[in-house]
Amino acid sequence: MSTTNYIGQATSRVDGPAKVSGAATYSAEVHLPNLAYGYVVSSPIARGKITKIHADEVLALPGVIQVFSHENVPSVAWLDKKHQDQVAPGGSPFRALQSPEIQFSQQPVAMVMAESFELARYAASLLRIEYEQEAHETNLETQRAKGYEPGKGKTGYQPPPPPRGNPDKAWEQAAHRMEAEYVHGTQHHNPMELFSTTVDWHGEGKITAYDKTQGVFNVKNYLVGVFGLNKDDVRVVNHFVGGGFGSGLRPQYSVYLAVLAALELRRPVRLTLTRAQMFSFGHRPQPLQYVKLGTNPDGSLAALQHHVLHETSHFEEYTENIVTWSGMLYQCDNVKLGYQVAPLDVFTPLDMRAPGAASGSIALEIAMDEMAYEAGIDPLELRLRSYAERDQNQDKPFSSKKLRDCYHQGAAKFGWEKRTMAPGSMREGNMLVGWGVGGGVWDATQKKSAAKASITADGKLTVLSGSGENGAGTYTIMTQIAAETLGLPLEAVTYQLGDTDQPEAPLQGGSWTAASVGTAVQSVCQDLAGKILKLAQKQADSPLQDAKFEDVEFLNGQIRLRADHSQSVVIRDVLQSSGEAKIEADGSTTPNMPKQSQYSLHSHNVVFVEVKVDEDLGTVHVTRVVNAIAAGRILNQKTARSQVLGSVVWGIGMALMEETVIDHKFGRYMNHNFAEYHVPVNADIRDIDVIFVDEEDDIVNPLGVKGIGEVGMLGVTAAVANAIYHATGKRVRDLPITIDKLL
Amino acid sequence: MSEQTTPASGGAVAAPPPVGTVRLTINGTAHEVQLAPWTTLLDALREYLHLTGTKKGCDHGQCGACTVLVNGTRINSCLTLAVMHEDDDITTIEGLGSEDNLSALQQAFVDHDAFQCGYCTPGQICSAQGLINEGKAHSEHDIREMMSGNLCRCGAYVGILAAVQEVVNKK
Repeated sequence: MSTTNYIGQATSRVDGPAKVSGAATYSAEVHLPNLAYGYVVSSPIARGKITKIHADEVLALPGVIQVFSHENVPSVAWLDKKHQDQVAPGGSPFRALQSPEIQFSQQPVAMVMAESFELARYAASLLRIEYEQEAHETNLETQRAKGYEPGKGKTGYQPPPPPRGNPDKAWEQAAHRMEAEYVHGTQHHNPMELFSTTVDWHGEGKITAYDKTQGVFNVKNYLVGVFGLNKDDVRVVNHFVGGGFGSGLRPQYSVYLAVLAALELRRPVRLTLTRAQMFSFGHRPQPLQYVKLGTNPDGSLAALQHHVLHETSHFEEYTENIVTWSGMLYQCDNVKLGYQVAPLDVFTPLDMRAPGAASGSIALEIAMDEMAYEAGIDPLELRLRSYAERDQNQDKPFSSKKLRDCYHQGAAKFGWEKRTMAPGSMREGNMLVGWGVGGGVWDATQKKSAAKASITADGKLTVLSGSGENGAGTYTIMTQIAAETLGLPLEAVTYQLGDTDQPEAPLQGGSWTAASVGTAVQSVCQDLAGKILKLAQKQADSPLQDAKFEDVEFLNGQIRLRADHSQSVVIRDVLQSSGEAKIEADGSTTPNMPKQSQYSLHSHNVVFVEVKVDEDLGTVHVTRVVNAIAAGRILNQKTARSQVLGSVVWGIGMALMEETVIDHKFGRYMNHNFAEYHVPVNADIRDIDVIFVDEEDDIVNPLGVKGIGEVGMLGVTAAVANAIYHATGKRVRDLPITIDKLL
Repeated sequence: MSEQTTPASGGAVAAPPPVGTVRLTINGTAHEVQLAPWTTLLDALREYLHLTGTKKGCDHGQCGACTVLVNGTRINSCLTLAVMHEDDDITTIEGLGSEDNLSALQQAFVDHDAFQCGYCTPGQICSAQGLINEGKAHSEHDIREMMSGNLCRCGAYVGILAAVQEVVNKK
């Protein structure tokens, strides 16, 4: 029998029908009359300045409205503080078209406005711009000696903890040891939807911006600050995001330029970036990672050292947590972690799915595999011998940690016990078979969130919270939580998001949406339930007359006594006879810090990978993956599984193909298109199994969820690299592992 | 320090092409729209006819998000001009089914959670419908291979394969 206990079910997406029928509208798809179209011109040089813009030549074309550049845009807020969004790193945020100075290749240098997209594009292609070029530096290799420890860092940055024990001596005296350097390519998020903003102009200083973003409130506050607009006159809307992966965490220059144009031209504007321009505003930095590991005679870790250098821009100091995880994933008493950045003439890096952890886990988890071979211990067994029962970084217990269950269930499902240790020892004809393992750890975070719920007399519930839907399933899980809390069928519930007119929700990132917004939605629905109970109790002869809130449950459209299910009322009857047209509840929830701060709050995973490498051609196929995850309660088995499947695809991409290549002569990303920046396609992906191990946790948040958007990606890339070593005996430490590195 | 001008040469700027009436049959409905010859079928659909179910992901024929069916055959609508299709029967995602009346393929995509953000999805579904029309896909391998022109950055390939396979097998 179906019940309204939806949490944990494999419910199909409530927004699925809209997405598969083309009815879901994204930011470039808002139809407005009298639209002016923008097209951005990007700098071909990486450093220097603009000396002349020949705007007159294109302004002569009929239908071209304006050419915006540093020569004619109005000044915006002076203080950097006004330009710094919620997640801005320290420094001076990039201000498009405010100066002739060029700070990075592909910097927007002009925006052509025209009556049609085609005309704006044509005019932009003709716009002649003269530059004075200066020497640039885009090669991190040249900056090895120039790394420095960053200052405070951006929100969420945790400087590595001080060394513990005696990491140098312990490594020298270890029974077995390894040391190696690892590097992987620069990556760009490349969501399928191009960055785009449609701005509706409602009169002097009044706008609605339909923007591709992972945080409508972040964009709103930024626009208010930069343009000095009235808070009440700016609304930011986004009902669907065509993928984010971090690219939409910060307001991008597209929204800034579109709003600037709308305010100046006093009419609606649409600006869409090109795919090439999607490589111009932030990337996962390329880290140089050095790891040293040593083991005791019993195979436990004796010493662990992990040092990283990656780039930032000259104008902002970008930081991410790359090495910190290495101090907590395994039990080790002698640990030294180092983290440095060095500026290059590039745009500031930008958080990209599992920022820091995805990079750090590659180095640590390949190093663990190398360590296993040095020590002659099975790689999974090596991990079990240094199982961390406590977070040594913070010296706190974990609120919950079922990683051991992940190891056992994942290994059983994969058949790990059949693995033979020696590289090249498992083959099928011409195919070298390799099995590898890797894993990781990610934060379980809850942020302050607000929500509002209202129910009408016909029993229809509407819940609002200005979060986002970038594919994670926000519409669906919030609908499930609301429906279960009030005992209503899913069809009676509408969850709305992505609008700054709604109660404020945090940025959609960090795997915290389910925990944060979910808690707020549950809380306001409980408040609403309390009000409905009171209405029920007002009715003559109510069977719930003396019941306290804890004594009843809301289930299958009824309120009933927990102790006696026959004592019940129908929710709709209560509402209809109450005489109230609508009942509302709103409020916000914050993490229970006194409780949470005593614990280390984290999700964990382990990934087992099989690769088949063609001995003659060097082609690699990832034929099997098992990803076992401990991430607390899973709200929706279907959408959660999809997030992990996607994470595995990301990990495979990072291992085998993704790399944005700079030609240092030009200081430019050369493969800035989908033909040359390779992401996995359908034919690259085979069998993927996802296991969610049972993990109860009443400390992280009332729902017990830890979030799964990032943790599923960890360990995948390293496991692929380790499997390739197992198959071929070739230890590739420079990712992606392309064919040339295996031949 | 060096100097550079981009694009290299200036000179006479050619006037934009004139606009004329173009007749397009889309999802069985005849449309008359004022277009210049340089407008792609994709831009005609999205910007002039407001059929925004067809998506723009790269505008270079590299991602497949703009896939539509022209006389039953799948094509990238960003790589073809609208004026070339006056005599054609064009089907977009909106023509395959609606939110309240999904096609079997659309329903299979929902059932198998064959998408996350949904942006590549109309292109995936049109491509899969084209694949089914072609009658070439029989094995898992065929489907994976012949659906590889449609990128999905969310990585929903496992679900896409399952959804397409279900419909192929029912035929």
